[in-house]
Amino acid sequence: MAEQPTASERFIQGILPENPVYRQVLGLCPTLAVTNGMKPAMTMAGAVLFVLVCSNIITSLIRGLLKPHLRIIVFTLTIATFVTIADRFLAAFMYDMSKALGPYIPLIIVNCIIICRCEVCASKQGVFTAASDAVGQSLGYALALSSIAIVREVLGTGMIFGYRVLPEAWPDWSIMILPPGAFLTLGLLMGTVNWFSERK
Amino acid sequence: MENKQQTDSVPAEAGSVIHVAPSPHLSDTALTTQRMMMDVLIALAPVVGMALYVFQWYAVHQLVICVASCFAAESLFTTMRGKPITLKDYSAAVTGVILAMSLPGTAPWYVGVIASFVAIGIGKVIFGGIGMNIFNPAMVGRAFVMIAFASALGATGYEDALSKIDAITQATPLTAFKQNGIVAPLADLFWGSTNGSLGETSALACIIGGLYLCIRRTASWEIPAGVILISAVIGEIQCLVNPQAGWTVLHHLCGGALLFGAFFIATDPVTSPLTPKGKFIFGIGVGAFIMLLRLFSGYPEGVMFAVLLMNGVTPLINRWTIPRPLGSAK
Repeated sequence: MAEQPTASERFIQGILPENPVYRQVLGLCPTLAVTNGMKPAMTMAGAVLFVLVCSNIITSLIRGLLKPHLRIIVFTLTIATFVTIADRFLAAFMYDMSKALGPYIPLIIVNCIIICRCEVCASKQGVFTAASDAVGQSLGYALALSSIAIVREVLGTGMIFGYRVLPEAWPDWSIMILPPGAFLTLGLLMGTVNWFSERK
Repeated sequence: MENKQQTDSVPAEAGSVIHVAPSPHLSDTALTTQRMMMDVLIALAPVVGMALYVFQWYAVHQLVICVASCFAAESLFTTMRGKPITLKDYSAAVTGVILAMSLPGTAPWYVGVIASFVAIGIGKVIFGGIGMNIFNPAMVGRAFVMIAFASALGATGYEDALSKIDAITQATPLTAFKQNGIVAPLADLFWGSTNGSLGETSALACIIGGLYLCIRRTASWEIPAGVILISAVIGEIQCLVNPQAGWTVLHHLCGGALLFGAFFIATDPVTSPLTPKGKFIFGIGVGAFIMLLRLFSGYPEGVMFAVLLMNGVTPLINRWTIPRPLGSAK
């Protein structure tokens, strides 16, 4: 087997070189759904950070016990445990945000970023590497979400985090906070990222 | 096109080589993009003239903004792609004029600018430029601003009670009928003295321009024929079901953007099917969607969405209507 990357390599790779959204194109459903504003996007990123770090650590700890044909279901159960914790936590302490995010917090269970990291990194490497991989990937995910959400929220409402950044006269592009805006923004930003990385 | 292929594939010194190239071997070299676009602009002249007559400065304002923005967008985006700027084929001008004619005169300036940039950028250049786009660029731009600025392009966006121009102080005929059951006089719809998007009000101007396009064969007659046929059929059924409303088949045909859409928007050769049979199916589909949206949706008019929907299934229609070569087995 090829040499596995070290903890710091895993961390760096997650942020840009293997960014979950722009490079691996994983977890697009929540990416499109929650980026209509910075607040829901950052809540989502926080929830993913919690779930990914916890499930990567647990998976890494039990990696010696995993049977190849049962590993996916073990990953899913591990993830589901932490997603339930995150979901209940949000419902208890951030009720409005929990309502706004709707099914997308429970759906982190099937978010392919997390199962991908369990499979690729945590089930093969030590706890420290798995944790730094999880943090790196989560930061990359947060970066992607915030880049899309900033474009959509500024154009769609003239605000960032609910604070007005553009003058009152700004005509709100309501298409940007609707689903078509998500697809257009993601596509154009992904094109921009590819364009920049090709020029290097 | 054919010449280019040959010069690309044949080495310079091979003078006596027989060129083997795919058909068609005889093509009309006069049928250039530029000529077709000029034809469309000529055909749009009566429509533009009528818009200038009815809406005056509103039409001038919208036309200048849209055409200038389309030229600017075309130059900007083709330069970004590293391609030579192709303003000379007038396709940006056609997109700009059709876009302006499909907007309400009262729309604020940024609506035209954003619609033009979206039309050229996301509607056309992103797919690879002219000839490559799936959806009609002008309608992509219009759909974008229609959803983005619902208040400026919705039913109330067309009205301005303080305007000096009579047409703009009233509701559009389709909205007035949908909301209050008011039936506009047929003559007004035919001549074009009602409110509406700039180019859609006059049925007469659309027919004159459209016939010119069909006679010049720049537009295929099958598409408008299909649109008008199916609209008349569905309109007649609706009339028989609900005769007391007073909105006849001719109201359906002359009102709103049906004729403008049938002749100028649906006939875009890039985004419509290739074969005559396919074109007819395409026209039927556009007309059926227009009538469905008019009768059953919340929108008073549905030409834009109908054209975009049928653009989406154009590749499928092309696949269904591949002509059988002469002499081949059934």
